[in-house]
Amino acid sequence: MMESDINWNSIYEILTGPALWFTFIFFVGGLLIRLAFLFRLSRKKDRVIYNHFSLAWGLRSIFQWMIPWASASMRQQPVFSIVAFIFHLSLLAVPLFLSAHIVLWEEAFGVRLWSMPDGLSDGLTLIFIAAALFLIARRRIRPEVRILTSAWDYALLGITMLPFITGFLAYHQWGPYEVLLILHILFSQILLILIPTTKLGHMVLFFLTRAFIGFEMGGRRGARSW
Amino acid sequence: MTSPTKKKFEFENNTDAPVDVDRVRAILNANDGARIRTWLSICSRCGLCAESCFVYVANDRDPRLSPAYKFSHTLGEMYRRKGKVDRAFLEKCYQIAWLQCTMCKRCSMYCPFGIDVATMIAVARSVCHSQGITPKQLAFFSDHCDKTGNHMGIPVEELVDTCEWMVEEVEDDYEGVTIPIDQPDAKYMYTVNPREPVYYPQDISYAAIIFAAAKESWTMPTFGWDCTNLPMFAGNRTLAGKQVKNVYDKAQELKAQHILITECGHAYRSMAFEGPYMAGYPDGKPPVKIKHYVQLLHEYLRDGRIQIDSDKKIKEPITYQDPCNVSRNGGLWEQARKIIPYIAEDFRDMAPNREHNHCCGGGGGIMPMGPDYKPYRMASGKLKADQIKATGAKFVITPCHNCFDQINDLSEEYDLGVKALSFKEIIVEAMIVPDHLKLECEK
Ligand code: HEM
Ligand code: HEM
Ligand code: SF4
Ligand code: SF4
Ligand code: SF4
Repeated sequence: MMESDINWNSIYEILTGPALWFTFIFFVGGLLIRLAFLFRLSRKKDRVIYNHFSLAWGLRSIFQWMIPWASASMRQQPVFSIVAFIFHLSLLAVPLFLSAHIVLWEEAFGVRLWSMPDGLSDGLTLIFIAAALFLIARRRIRPEVRILTSAWDYALLGITMLPFITGFLAYHQWGPYEVLLILHILFSQILLILIPTTKLGHMVLFFLTRAFIGFEMGGRRGARSW
Repeated sequence: MTSPTKKKFEFENNTDAPVDVDRVRAILNANDGARIRTWLSICSRCGLCAESCFVYVANDRDPRLSPAYKFSHTLGEMYRRKGKVDRAFLEKCYQIAWLQCTMCKRCSMYCPFGIDVATMIAVARSVCHSQGITPKQLAFFSDHCDKTGNHMGIPVEELVDTCEWMVEEVEDDYEGVTIPIDQPDAKYMYTVNPREPVYYPQDISYAAIIFAAAKESWTMPTFGWDCTNLPMFAGNRTLAGKQVKNVYDKAQELKAQHILITECGHAYRSMAFEGPYMAGYPDGKPPVKIKHYVQLLHEYLRDGRIQIDSDKKIKEPITYQDPCNVSRNGGLWEQARKIIPYIAEDFRDMAPNREHNHCCGGGGGIMPMGPDYKPYRMASGKLKADQIKATGAKFVITPCHNCFDQINDLSEEYDLGVKALSFKEIIVEAMIVPDHLKLECEK
């Protein structure tokens, strides 16, 4: 069935061994370096952040934007907001709590997380794929979004979907399992590496920019930025 | 956007001189801080901000008018090109930065990341300005600021004459109304928009009457009395800093407790929030407390220092135009709404309102840019016109000179049949004249 000159096992070993460590270190380290760099820069050039810092307004601003429809802006586009919310919820929950991943976390870090039932993760995977397709369609259909969207934006949405698609196919053994599993791990690693280096860095930077506008508008002027 | 004119715009200097790339780079580098860097790199191009921008909504939702498109095609592009831009590009930036964005800051409350488009458009304006691409009128007014400290270029004697003339004007109706000039140790140093001495001198007399009625300690300075900041809108940050510093320094020299700002929106934003940074105060706080006229009137009415004759309240339906720079960017929307019940019986709020208000379309410097740009103001102001119409109001109160003129223009353009009013004129009309202001014969 398999071509004899490719040794899937050793590729798997590398991907789940050194490559996996590299990925995690790059992912966490990259985000930390980006934060450290921005922190240093802000000390020099963004006094406005420190002059008007207010924890309470910052937290309120973050909180109001994490709950679906808590902001006026989200209420203006209710369908998009709820889809984007579900998109992110599954994007974080599935990789963290998938039972197949839990085993990996335990092997690598020795921590045992709660694992979600396979039926749930399978369902969330499908929901995620549907949500991502919706976001792609929206980018095609709405003129104000279409004009902003570059090929790279589609590519990032695609790359975000690939681990889900390949993981799903591998789980159901639809197709060549070894190849799918290797592709799954490879795409996941590419995604994790892209997070610190692209707009996906918003995973952490969201909290900072959101907090800033919260106290810039709120702490300084009493205006709610949600 | 409707582009009513294909003709060349009138810049500060229409030359074909090559762009001084080093100068552009210097400005880009100086502003390349953590905030702008982060905003430019994490905008997810989700387009949520579009619907929040009145310019976009009012101009048939042209996708090129969304806030994200506008900053990406101005400042974003400047950084992507590492400052290597040409004149044709800067002229396109000019249209976006001056004709399609009033820096009202509404979109930053509607972006999931809170990306502050207005701040980035301001930097784009600075870059354009550094190459002489500035609206001609704003450059002209800035020049006045540089030479005389006020954008109308009014000499000191003329200001003093106007004040004396205004005192004479009210002598027939009130006793003891004065305009103290350069008086030290006053509670308030009163600063105005130079449009007042030139076009609306009665605004100064209204203020004087209100101060006299409340027995206030105040003074009118002979320098540093222009609280507006057109250089800020022209993209001339250095001069903008000087403009606010003139006022701060004068207040410190006179040992005034507060700088009081007339009913003007951007003057308050400039003096209280952005001025300290432009003038180089590292802590971002103005050296003297800043108060807007709306705050003062609210205190007077609340404390009974001014009493209103309830028969003279406005009976017709009125609405309130929240000036962006008094409400969203100044935080004073509640004070204004507390004044209104004293002076009007039938108040009908616009929707949306308070910090979520829409700009009237006259902000960001486009009003003083002159009649050539009126078509843009009218097109973008359509949203405000619709909002006003929906209230059914006959009068629109607004404590901002730009909003005031824009509302009157909109009323004419869209047959709204409304008239703009400032708080001062209503208060003077409706107040119970206290005994100490009554003429001998009336007592
Ligand atoms: C980089 C390290 C990763 C490794 C080693 C890994 C490994 C695996 C393994 C072994 C499976 C199980 C396949 C099976 O059941 O036979 C799986 C499934 C899955 N993984 Fe990953 N994974 C990684 C990262 C990710 C990431 C980053 C995501 C999402 C962003 C993801 C999403 C999924 C999904 C959606 C499934 C299928 C779940 C289902 O349909 O039930 N994985 N992964
Ligand atoms: C706690 C972490 C995160 C937060 C708070 C967050 C927040 C946001 C926000 C506010 C947006 C813009 C509007 C929206 O679509 O809702 C967004 C968009 C997006 N995020 Fe995240 N995000 C997080 C993590 C991630 C991660 C880890 C990824 C990818 C690996 C990701 C991928 C995306 C993508 C692809 C979009 C664009 C959606 C589109 O194309 O319409 N996010 N995120
Ligand atoms: S600052 Fe105001 S005018 Fe400018 S893009 Fe944002 S909402 Fe539109
Ligand atoms: S709402 Fe914010 S993140 Fe979305 S396109 Fe507009 S500026 Fe970018
Ligand atoms: S003119 Fe009025 S509404 Fe428009 S930006 Fe200025 S304060 Fe805001």
